[in-house]
Amino acid sequence: MTAGSLGSQGFAYQAIGAATLLALFVASLFVGVSELAIGSFASDPEALRLIMISRLPRTVATLLAGSALAIAGLVMQTLARNRFVEPSTAGTAQSAALGILVVTLVWPDASLGCKAAGAAVTALAGTSVFLMLAHRLPPTQPFLVPLFGLVYGGVIGAAAIFAAWHLDLLQYLEVWMTGEFSGILRGRYELLWVAGALVVLAWWTADRLTMLSLGRDVSIGLGLNYAGMLRLGLVIVSAITALTVVVVGTIPFVGLVAPNIVSRFAGENLRHTSPWVAGGGAALVLACDIIGRLIRFPYEVPVGTILGVVGAVLFLFLLLGRNSND
Amino acid sequence: MTEVVMQRGLVRHEGRLAMMAAVAVLVGVAFMTIGLRGDLAFVLELRAVRLAAMVLVGVAVAVSTVVFQTVCANRIITPSIMGLDALYVFCQTALVFALSGFGFAGIDPRLHFLGNFTAMTSLALALFLPMLRRRFDLTLMLLTGVVLGVLFRSLTTLLARLLDPNDFAVLQGTVFASFNAVEPDLLLFAGVITVAGVAIAWRARHVLDVLALGTDTAIGLGVAWRGTAAGLLVVVAALVSASTALVGPMAFLGLLVVSLTERIVGTNRHAILLPAAALTAIIVLVGGQTVLQHALGGEGSLGIVVEFVGGIVFLAILFAGGRR
Amino acid sequence: MIEIAGVSLALGGSRILDNVSLTVPKGGVTALVGPNGAGKSSLLSLIARLRPLQSGRITVDGLPVDTTPSRQLARIMAILRQDPGVASRLRVAELVGFGRFPHIRGRLTAKDREIIAASLEQFDLSDLALRFIDTLSGGQRQRALVAMTFCQGTDYILLDEPLNNLDMFHARNLMRTLRRIADEHGKTVLIVLHDINHAASYADRIVAMKDGTVIASGETGDIIRPDILESIFGFSMRVENIAGRLTVLHHA
Repeated sequence: MTAGSLGSQGFAYQAIGAATLLALFVASLFVGVSELAIGSFASDPEALRLIMISRLPRTVATLLAGSALAIAGLVMQTLARNRFVEPSTAGTAQSAALGILVVTLVWPDASLGCKAAGAAVTALAGTSVFLMLAHRLPPTQPFLVPLFGLVYGGVIGAAAIFAAWHLDLLQYLEVWMTGEFSGILRGRYELLWVAGALVVLAWWTADRLTMLSLGRDVSIGLGLNYAGMLRLGLVIVSAITALTVVVVGTIPFVGLVAPNIVSRFAGENLRHTSPWVAGGGAALVLACDIIGRLIRFPYEVPVGTILGVVGAVLFLFLLLGRNSND
Repeated sequence: MTEVVMQRGLVRHEGRLAMMAAVAVLVGVAFMTIGLRGDLAFVLELRAVRLAAMVLVGVAVAVSTVVFQTVCANRIITPSIMGLDALYVFCQTALVFALSGFGFAGIDPRLHFLGNFTAMTSLALALFLPMLRRRFDLTLMLLTGVVLGVLFRSLTTLLARLLDPNDFAVLQGTVFASFNAVEPDLLLFAGVITVAGVAIAWRARHVLDVLALGTDTAIGLGVAWRGTAAGLLVVVAALVSASTALVGPMAFLGLLVVSLTERIVGTNRHAILLPAAALTAIIVLVGGQTVLQHALGGEGSLGIVVEFVGGIVFLAILFAGGRR
Repeated sequence: MIEIAGVSLALGGSRILDNVSLTVPKGGVTALVGPNGAGKSSLLSLIARLRPLQSGRITVDGLPVDTTPSRQLARIMAILRQDPGVASRLRVAELVGFGRFPHIRGRLTAKDREIIAASLEQFDLSDLALRFIDTLSGGQRQRALVAMTFCQGTDYILLDEPLNNLDMFHARNLMRTLRRIADEHGKTVLIVLHDINHAASYADRIVAMKDGTVIASGETGDIIRPDILESIFGFSMRVENIAGRLTVLHHA
């Protein structure tokens, strides 16, 4: 009667989804400045080295960052109870960049891990303030919260730029504000596995996150530890955002686009949809990264720039075309 | 009786205007004279160019914001929040991109400006007239505008990367206004456009008073809404083009200035509001630059500071309005 | 048994509840009635621990609501607020299934699925089970929420004006269902009702509130009397016995 009747159809969709992701994965391994034919690495040790040191880490980093950002967006939407917010459009990413700036200033030789920790703390603070204010806005105006978030993020971004400008760190800030995978090598992306672990944690708590999206009264009535769950969600969002900003820079709109598209087709029972959201985010970022490598070959256009365009177009489509579906 | 009251109100407003004009002149003199050193003629000329640029930008932003807000019958919406200046920057880059493909690199900046202006005006009309006619919910319209602004900025960055993959566009140049790199060539040209735009807005001040009452009321009072709105949008586009071409985008200057102005003069009559907003803008820009330059040592950061403060003002208005 | 002793509540300087003491015995349907702003919903929120208790003491089956773990309370007491504004894109069956959350760790068992199917059937939702709740009408969504509350399978069920948005058929169906589970399964129902006649026909007991205090409480027949109703609502109305049911003629 319930989800079971979707079973066989669901399996077909899962197969198609997995095949798409695999195709993108393989494409990502073989697209780049150095020529690399499929099969050549069996005979050519240099080719194998290239794969192991650069292409594979880059592709894995893309997958991890894409899926983690999509999940961070999903959790953020649950926390804000608004489907049009995500970390890069509500001040989380900007707060994280500000945090890295502070750590860099206080301790210039800090490791990536320390920078990520600092970024996570400021991201947590910035996101908490956003949520506190967002919960006071009337739920009858669904566009007010994302609008508020975008400008809130802009204000924090302006503060970060002002500080960076004074400290002559503008070049660094540029790096954190523009997501890019071209610098990813083995040994320089492994922190993203932590973000991957947080994706698993989000999936593990999927039922409780879904209940959170039903609102405070309903979730308390069902016996959920509402405040505790809010805090856990905040930590997941802040940590994922901080890790990705430190390792690859800000990649906008992934967390907005992937959950919204999945929700249109499969709803919002996160137990079932969160794997789709994670996979969708990974596919989106992989595809945009491949486009970025090809569009101005042999130069690379950062994935953050590509997603800025693709994501904004999709966002507008979601905003303005949303009545056509229901 | 009422006439006497209105007359008295007008006199009071005119008194305020005169006071603001005096403050503006004072700030201008301060900007020109404080901390003069070295080659006097050179420094004075440099400062004069900057002062002229700030005055032009202030007037253009203030007038375009007031007119746009009136057409939209709302005091929170502004041309730059709706992404118009980002659109201008995008057209600028797109034109360079298209021309470089055909090998026309060194084109006259004024011709370039005209090309940008035409492209931007047609795009702005195509985007915003339908939005205004379909009467979007205000927050949806604002959100759409902000996202459009993000889209235009992203497209600009993308085009810049495609044009020159090695040039890492520094954030500040594309996102925030800078008053230190004004092209004297464009100053006169932008000046002419600003004066023309302001003249048209001034002539339309009584129509604007009626438009401010809302679309339905304006139509009921016999305003040909569509034609009037389209014409005024062209004026807004021209003024935004002039200011953006001179110094770059200023997302929240308009909002900051007009909300300040409303507090100072407390009237919606455009005969007062237009000049008062222009004067406020001049005082904010020139005064801010003087303070930053001499007191805080942050000469080039006026654009960022205005964005920061303006953004907070926007959030406050949004929050107060949303909670009401 | 729900015991309320000396409960007061002040919000933003204004007094919402003033030293309320009340005992709701186990079993049967108890209706909370009273004019707007009497404090009925606030009292219900306090019992359901949706609001922190400021003063006084509330226990359900002897468990103090402010110190008992939320999950434990969710196994004995279910609450449905007025218009909780659920906006998630969940299917009806999924939403109703969340009613089982307090009882399970992780996966639904076969028994849980049976209870879910029965709740769907009970509220005429079987045909809508796979629809997303954001595509339902207000009344259908309200039924889905009521079904979730039932699905929780608790001894105590607290409902805040659940008849809002329901048409006559479904309003009657809900009231009869409440009556039946009280009679057949010994459940305790505490319900805020807007329409005094629903209280008169279906409730065993009525608690009347006004200006933050309980002004009358007792068997339905003792409360549905012209003099008491006038003291509650501030105007006089006739009470007739029509076909064995007390009916308040408040329209005249």
